[in-house]
Amino acid sequence: MKIHEYQGKDILRKFNVPVPDGKVAFTAQEARKIAEELGGGTVVVKAQIHAGGRGKGGGVKLAKNPNEAEAIASKILGMKLVTHQTGPEGKIVKRILVEQGLAIERELYAGIVLDRAKSQLVYMVSTEGGVEIEKVAAESPEKILKEWIDPAVGFMPFQARKLAFGLGLVDDQFKNGVKFLTALYNAYIAVDASLAEINPLVVTKDGRVLALDAKINIDDNALYRHKDIVELRDFDEEAPLEVEASKYDLNYIKLDGNVGCMVNGAGLAMATMDLIKLAGGNPANFLDVGGGASAETVENGFKIILGDPNVKAVLINIFGGIVRCDRVATGVVEAAKKISVNVPMIVRLAGTNAEEAAQILNKSGLKFLVANSFQEAAQRVVEALAN
Amino acid sequence: MSILVDKNTRLVVQGITGGEGTFHTRQMIEYGTKVVAGVTPGKGGQKFDDKISVYNTVAEAVLKEGANAAVIFVPPAFAADAVIESASAGVGVVVCIAEGIPTLDMVKVFEFLKNRPTRVVGPNCPGVISPGKAKVGIMPGFIHKEGSVGLVSRSGTLTYEAVHQLTILGIGQTTCLGIGGDPVIGTNFVDALRLFEQDPETKAVVMIGEIGGTAEEEAAKFVKENMSKPVVSFIAGRTAPPGRRMGHAGAIIAGGKGTAAEKMEALRSAGVHVCESPADIGKTVAKAMRK
Repeated sequence: MKIHEYQGKDILRKFNVPVPDGKVAFTAQEARKIAEELGGGTVVVKAQIHAGGRGKGGGVKLAKNPNEAEAIASKILGMKLVTHQTGPEGKIVKRILVEQGLAIERELYAGIVLDRAKSQLVYMVSTEGGVEIEKVAAESPEKILKEWIDPAVGFMPFQARKLAFGLGLVDDQFKNGVKFLTALYNAYIAVDASLAEINPLVVTKDGRVLALDAKINIDDNALYRHKDIVELRDFDEEAPLEVEASKYDLNYIKLDGNVGCMVNGAGLAMATMDLIKLAGGNPANFLDVGGGASAETVENGFKIILGDPNVKAVLINIFGGIVRCDRVATGVVEAAKKISVNVPMIVRLAGTNAEEAAQILNKSGLKFLVANSFQEAAQRVVEALAN
Repeated sequence: MSILVDKNTRLVVQGITGGEGTFHTRQMIEYGTKVVAGVTPGKGGQKFDDKISVYNTVAEAVLKEGANAAVIFVPPAFAADAVIESASAGVGVVVCIAEGIPTLDMVKVFEFLKNRPTRVVGPNCPGVISPGKAKVGIMPGFIHKEGSVGLVSRSGTLTYEAVHQLTILGIGQTTCLGIGGDPVIGTNFVDALRLFEQDPETKAVVMIGEIGGTAEEEAAKFVKENMSKPVVSFIAGRTAPPGRRMGHAGAIIAGGKGTAAEKMEALRSAGVHVCESPADIGKTVAKAMRK
């Protein structure tokens, strides 16, 4: 789960990770008020969207006083912010973070992430802050220092010192750096994060070490024990159909193509998308209806898929294992009768009772294109699109 | 022969009295798996379907019934504990079906398992089946056929699809295992490939990967350096957008890494027969085995 920068910083504050003073605003007036509360001096106005590259896109601006803060806020709020991560359609800014300006001496990087190959968390720091860490990793990997964390003992003080020394921190900066890195780790563990990225991590001229930006992602599997974080979900950041699908517990991701697909199982769903593409079509979505594929889930799946106006054909690919294909077929027929589907429907049911399932589909009086194999299903899709 | 589970497997089902546990225990017994015990804390002393003893702890099931393998059907919040309980009781193979276990819980479990003899398969996986011998998991038994191809996959239903393609062509399997779709798993591709390489009956291996992580790249390296048997592979998710979790917690292209194209390239250059299309897995195996 992704959260906004300001929400991430609120979490960090709770765990004594130093962040600049600031608050979220939804209107230009609020922005002005926050700028006044922060002392009336220079503030930074930052667009809050779930995407990086906000500065380059014009979503982060300095304001010298509350008047300017209000003027800038009114420009950023409501703007369509396009960054390399939003795609060309961009995102409308609805929230801004107004933060105290800092006298910055150095920009560094700190991040914690799971190293899947080692099954351990890895703490990464770099003197190359403010640029994309992937770029640093590709061009000058020696500039990234890493410490792997043994879960039996956690992030040890000597590791924090090692990283802080490696960043070239001295005196007060060093002490503050060690405290910062330790507190960030504590926050990561406490909230079940799946990523914590502080870029840039700044050292101010007066020796403080703070998170100027904060990207905190939370492990979806752990949300059951973090009800307060679940509340932070911003529905504006998700495609409306994805929000709708999540209400039905369907795993749906919208894509740009024209072939809607409904599949049981994530791997098979991805493979089905790949096959559509290989056959010359373009998948409109990823949709995993889970192992069960009951009449109700199929019906909800139809609603979501057909809610996308780009969809010109629907491919249903279900591998019935424990769930019987004839029951899935009955579900598909019932659902298709309830919702008028006016695009070609290609159905491929394999596994338990697949033959009975084909008969149910053929006798339904509905226009299904029944495919017997995975390959045939994809060919049928392409034929349907050509007609 | 086969790997991980066979006729000598004596299975204890953790969470045997739950809905999933009950259903799949019956399915496994029907397939011929020796289910010797169940564990549900607080229900010790009961009998499952009038024949299988239910115990409060895995340790008791090991002591009294000689259980040497476990399968876990408990809710995700209790799954890490269940894995460690079985490992502590000395169970050799632990198959964790449960989906949705927090990553940091699994990081701890993984640490605990280091230097212990227990092999964990999963979590978030369909399990392990050695056709004709034993089924420890939730896969449909009837699509499998005894034979000489080993299959390892990060997926569930896509594994069934691949098995189905093999069986239709008359190609049987020694063992099929789903290693799970999570970022932290007990048995990875390299572990499975090593077991298949050592198994004299396995003549060829199918490896089904997907986007996210670098497990396929590590497998490619292992194949190049250590495998004498032909390996056929398909990688799902060529059309997946970056930064989105495609169902499985581990199926995500992060920071430009973990794409299908990179994985396919790594495997190809290691001499693996890489299928472009998921519909060609069976055919490609048939071809690879003729060579």
